[in-house]
Amino acid sequence: MNIFSLLNDALLKMTWLSDLVRLLVEKVFRLSTKDRLGGSIHFFIYDTIKIFILLSVLIFLISYIQSYFPPERTKKILGRFKGIKGSILGALLGTITPFCSCSSIPIFIGFTSAGLPLGVTFAFLISSPLVDLASLLVLMSFFGAKIAIAYVVVGLIIAVIGGTIIDKAKMEKYIEEFVWGIPNADVELEEMTRKDRISFSKSQVTAIVGRVWMYVLIGVGIGAAIHNWIPQSVVEKTVGSNNPFSVIIATAVGIPMYADIFGTIPIAEALFGKGVGVGTVLSFMMAVTALSLPSIIMLRKVVKPKLLVIFVSIVSIGIIIMGYLFNAFSYIFI
Amino acid sequence: MIIKVLGSGCTNCKKLMENTKKAVEELGINAEIVKVEDLKDILAYGVMKTPALVVDEKVKAMGRVLTVEEIKKYL
Repeated sequence: MNIFSLLNDALLKMTWLSDLVRLLVEKVFRLSTKDRLGGSIHFFIYDTIKIFILLSVLIFLISYIQSYFPPERTKKILGRFKGIKGSILGALLGTITPFCSCSSIPIFIGFTSAGLPLGVTFAFLISSPLVDLASLLVLMSFFGAKIAIAYVVVGLIIAVIGGTIIDKAKMEKYIEEFVWGIPNADVELEEMTRKDRISFSKSQVTAIVGRVWMYVLIGVGIGAAIHNWIPQSVVEKTVGSNNPFSVIIATAVGIPMYADIFGTIPIAEALFGKGVGVGTVLSFMMAVTALSLPSIIMLRKVVKPKLLVIFVSIVSIGIIIMGYLFNAFSYIFI
Repeated sequence: MIIKVLGSGCTNCKKLMENTKKAVEELGINAEIVKVEDLKDILAYGVMKTPALVVDEKVKAMGRVLTVEEIKKYL
């Protein structure tokens, strides 16, 4: 075994934790992990601990990197680019700029009033919740490096294409008028010290864990249910590879849901374990993270319905196409 | 001295407000603390990620909840 897969097993997959929890379930609860109940308990305890460890460590590391790229700096960098170059850069910066749907409106207004092309702003808005360093590492942990990298690349492509289409379609008139009335302001900030960055990262960990722990537990609960209680045949019928609409169903179910990647991953893992196609699983994850009812409602405040519909359609169609492609070429990834 | 806490009512903004009050109290300085909740006014400072701390019209920090000690540094 080479050093990379050794590290991957120990740090990301945490095989030791799985063994430890198995011991606990078998020796303390006296249940076999092959049984339904024992299996669910194992899944639930192991996944919960694993996700919370990953969540804390990753948020800390990523917040540290992100402290160098507040949206205000991103805005300045993006201001120098236009067209497809701008969309690509917008998508890339979206991956390292901290984002939650609660900040999408100020970011949208800030970018727009700074004169950034709509395409750049939307490329950023699509990629920011969809792809980040945390999702890359989490996916690596659960599904391996190939799928993780493919997810990130496809997410970026969807963001760039989405941004470019909106750019070419000249949608500026579908922005709510008041947005244009807000003057652009730049802010000069003192450089943060290392101590500032560490304290920022720590507070991010507490804030984000505090915000998402419920979703994680719900996600793990649903995952455990799929894993051991929902019959294989039901899963196969609805989202299995024989149902030609599996990807569309997975996307449609995922869009209104509001959760981040940490809450979705146990569900995705359980579906994957039941033999659901990798494309279907990724479509579900992308739909959940990229679009949600709360974020759509928020965006409606700054964007008129037509642009909103176009935005949601482009992202949904992109996710669906991606899902079918992954399913068709899944032999490369597994 | 006029201290402004920018934020549209999220929990982090409330926390920053509390910390700011505490910092002012502990330093025993005479300062007026103002809460800025309107999105337009917040954006006028170029801030896109709340909460932010503004001291005498200068943005000192944004997108993070400063601790009481950190705030003291800026006052």
